[in-house]
Amino acid sequence: MELEVFIIQTLVKILVVLLIFSALAGFTTYLERKVLAFMQRRLGPMTVGPWGLLQVLADGIKLFTKEDIVPTNSIKPIFKIAPVILPATAFIAIAGVPLFPEFQAFGMTIQPIIVDSNIGVLYVLGIMAIGMFSPLLAGLSSGNKWSLLGGARTAIQLLSFEVVTGLSILAPVILIGSLNLIDINNYQIENGWLILTQPIAFVLFLIAGYAETNRTPFDLLEHESEIVSGYATEYSGMRWGLFFIGEYVNMFIVSFLTVLIFLGGFGEGTLIDGLCYLGKVLFFIFLFLWTRAAWPHIRPDQLMWLTWKVLMPLAVINVVITGLVVMF
Amino acid sequence: MFEMIAFYTFAFLIIASFIVVVTSNNALYSMSALASGMILISGLFFLLNADFLGVVQLIVYTGAVIALYAFAMIFFDTTKNLIEVNSKKIIFLLISFSTILLVFIMTAPIKSEAVTALHPIHQGVGNTQDIGIVLFTKYLVPFELAAVMLLVAMIGGILMAGKKMDMLVANEEIQEATK
Repeated sequence: MELEVFIIQTLVKILVVLLIFSALAGFTTYLERKVLAFMQRRLGPMTVGPWGLLQVLADGIKLFTKEDIVPTNSIKPIFKIAPVILPATAFIAIAGVPLFPEFQAFGMTIQPIIVDSNIGVLYVLGIMAIGMFSPLLAGLSSGNKWSLLGGARTAIQLLSFEVVTGLSILAPVILIGSLNLIDINNYQIENGWLILTQPIAFVLFLIAGYAETNRTPFDLLEHESEIVSGYATEYSGMRWGLFFIGEYVNMFIVSFLTVLIFLGGFGEGTLIDGLCYLGKVLFFIFLFLWTRAAWPHIRPDQLMWLTWKVLMPLAVINVVITGLVVMF
Repeated sequence: MFEMIAFYTFAFLIIASFIVVVTSNNALYSMSALASGMILISGLFFLLNADFLGVVQLIVYTGAVIALYAFAMIFFDTTKNLIEVNSKKIIFLLISFSTILLVFIMTAPIKSEAVTALHPIHQGVGNTQDIGIVLFTKYLVPFELAAVMLLVAMIGGILMAGKKMDMLVANEEIQEATK
């Protein structure tokens, strides 16, 4: 009986998370266009529905019905698999993120997290990193030199930023002594938000998060003015759309993780705390869009310089100092 | 029952991916299959409740296989098939080796009952902590040796890559001086 309840609960949770986040990914594209428009003193999408709200729906219809082109010289099986990897890994990763404090409903306690494991943070970051195979395979299998350049840039971006992500969460983890995201949240109820004790780690994690999700200023993979559309050059229709669902879900994951690890998460877990939690997450989504409007792209060599000569030494020093403070 | 289904699914998929790695003529197919095989192995770790090792497998092999892709991008045109030389000697050696391995695998269950864990995990403590304790007490020397070896490899790599760096800079300086 216990097992059956558990299985049904998990299946329902998976379904709800899938539906909510696919819809949110679409809605965030609308938000992104509106925010960018207001920052550039335009109106943004206005034609379809009130304030252009139905634009998402129109885009969806367009993406689904557009002709699906597979280039002749591409390696077809891998070309077709590549766009699926990114949303798949994003949704697998979100299984490890607590999306709301636990609450009572239908006469039982519901924990809005699908997998509550001892290694939460590492699990989420590890699966997110696998998502980088998607642009890489897309770039390599397209048979197009712009795509190939996009793929090559994926490889350097991942190799550079895996290190910074890992080292930047190491210092908070030393303080907390656990990798479980709920333990991390509970630690901050007693000891205050970690951003106060670990400001450097916070900034490093945020920068690395921007690179993991390929957002401006690190969207080298599809930098329009240099390499057409990078790894996505040969894609059209829903295959192209899948890359973007994955990217937006990853944005949400990074925002959730930042809030959980550094900004107190959902605190005590009351309803108001839960709403504050979602509010903080939305602020970070807004920050992603704000950065896109305000910041220019950087070049690949600047990215390497930034990672290996600035961020990584800073992260290592941060870890060493935290270790010394904890020890003495 | 769920564990059994999961185990056989993972086992079948892992073997299938590694067969593709060995038999495919295309570098891109082989590497993608290698990546999927390595990632699927982490599923077996998760099934054994070794969460930490599973995640380590994920993170380490994602980075490692991506580095391999980078090399393949430099050396091959990944959209074309490679022409391989299959000598009969290698095939003979491989077949005999895998036969011996198969015998060992089949006879392993006879011995396996006598095997006990040297460092059984503690109930209530995550296996991350257990691994940490064992790594920094009993296996401290091998662990540090591995670390030193990696450091040596890194210094060697930097030396190889940077051998001509100062010379290049010197040449540019000379050229600028003569202008």
